[in-house]
Amino acid sequence: MKDVFVSTCNIFSPLGKTSAENFLQLKRGISGVRLYTDSLLSAKPFYASLFDEGDDFPIDPPIFHTRFEKLLIGSIREALEKSEIDPGHPKTGMVITSTKGNIGLLETRPLSRDLIDRIALPTSAGLVSRYFGFKNPPVIISNACISGLLGIIVALRMIRGRDYEHVVVAGADLVTRFVLSGFQALEALSPLPCVPFDADRAGINLGEGAATIILTGNPKYSDGVRVLAGSVSNDANHISAPSRNGEGLGQAIKTALWDSGLSAHDIDLVSAHGTGTPYNDEMEAKALNLNGLHHAPVNSLKGYFGHTLGAAGILESVASICSLKENLILPSMGFKRSGVTVPVNICTSLLETPLRNLLKTASGFGGCNAAVAYSKN
Amino acid sequence: MLFARIMNEGKFIYESCSIGGQMVRKNGEIIFHDPVSKTSAFLISIYEHFEFDYPRFFKMDDLSKLGWLASEILLKGQDGIRNCNPEKIGVVLSNANSSIDTDLKYFDSLSDTPSPSLFVYTLPNIMIAEICIRNNFKGEGVFFISERFDEKFMAGYVNKLLDSGKLEFCICGWVELFQGAFQAVLFLVGNSPGKGGQLFSADQMIEIFKIQ
Repeated sequence: MKDVFVSTCNIFSPLGKTSAENFLQLKRGISGVRLYTDSLLSAKPFYASLFDEGDDFPIDPPIFHTRFEKLLIGSIREALEKSEIDPGHPKTGMVITSTKGNIGLLETRPLSRDLIDRIALPTSAGLVSRYFGFKNPPVIISNACISGLLGIIVALRMIRGRDYEHVVVAGADLVTRFVLSGFQALEALSPLPCVPFDADRAGINLGEGAATIILTGNPKYSDGVRVLAGSVSNDANHISAPSRNGEGLGQAIKTALWDSGLSAHDIDLVSAHGTGTPYNDEMEAKALNLNGLHHAPVNSLKGYFGHTLGAAGILESVASICSLKENLILPSMGFKRSGVTVPVNICTSLLETPLRNLLKTASGFGGCNAAVAYSKN
Repeated sequence: MLFARIMNEGKFIYESCSIGGQMVRKNGEIIFHDPVSKTSAFLISIYEHFEFDYPRFFKMDDLSKLGWLASEILLKGQDGIRNCNPEKIGVVLSNANSSIDTDLKYFDSLSDTPSPSLFVYTLPNIMIAEICIRNNFKGEGVFFISERFDEKFMAGYVNKLLDSGKLEFCICGWVELFQGAFQAVLFLVGNSPGKGGQLFSADQMIEIFKIQ
């Protein structure tokens, strides 16, 4: 199977505007999550990781892009600047992932047919595509919380299908009243900073952010990490609750490992979805156990970034690729003692150790699951 | 152009179903027509006409109802796929406006009490989940957003899933619904030649798509 490499990456979050800035903060144990009292977003105080209100992600030239689009542009721009990849090349593609895109415009603009068109993701993806001069039409994915990881899997296939040499995969989501109120209504938000896999976990924190990963089939542009394989599954069980037995995610992990030619013992780090809700983390722990991954070091990065929804799979992949390169496992922030019923090896301190193979997982509403395996050369 | 090179022969559209223009078509033939009912009522009139018995249907938003109905009609007479490993059956759908119809209904609920059940349906892939739950399909599900039905991309993507052995059967197509305008066109695709049907290609999909 054709090798697909990671070229350059970006994380654009409240912790920093580059992956290097972000990883530095992670190594220092700094989180973007804090308590907010913002009556425009929520009647009650809430924990989240948000950009400063005044941070408008300026772009040049300033046209009519929305905050969501500027977030995507900011992330893609930095990743493209570091690479020598030409977005205008006929074999360069783009994949955009988001759960709710411009939905926040409902809160500030009067409802009209034009507004509906403005909210539609093809409008945003088209504007971002034109900003950089991509020649190929963008591929857009909106598939709940696995959107970002699915974007990487779709891009992998686009390159292996040999019609594309490079694919820029970018995801973004903002914390809006729309999204925040929904998670509040589902009683899924934690009243404190989230503590994935911990006995005291009580829900998620939302986070804003964008991330970009540029994949290439040309080793000349490689930064030394390959995407080996990815897999997607559905629980066929419940529209909003994770499966009780972890079989769906277990299946996605099993297939991703098989397609990568890796066994559980080869995995040096699992970057889990780890949202911090009781059911999700329990389900994930079971899925890892179904695959013999109970010894593999596991972390969740939600304690640093919150849950960045449609960006999460890309953002957490990028942070974990930084881990691979620096041979540093980040602790799962907030974790003290296990609150899942099967053994998992959650990392509790910054650990320097040789790292080669990484497994990234994600699960979302609709019973969807995804897993991707990466390997350092 | 996407995946053009792997769009080879050997895949078949076993069935197609389209809902739109006040009609339901199966493999091109009109099998139901209700010239009067508007969106929600029209969806219920389809449900009643085909005598479905699935109480979950009434909990779904209109987009999921539309996709679910199209999938039920699509799969009628294809009981053979029940013998297939559920992990080898996938659903790849697309539309232009995601879940906007329900997004607006949920947003309206914010002025009173936000509805958790509506909120869950503000993700288009919930429709895929509804189809998977009904049929116990456990393979890959993806929801793509595109301005119009991108038959070339869809054909390339589904071909690759079938070629790689990840799937044996795939439901793919387009399901869009917003304020009274709606259209669903679904295809059941696989690579067992014994089942007959039309050859699966972008051109064939768009031919069926245009019949309304």
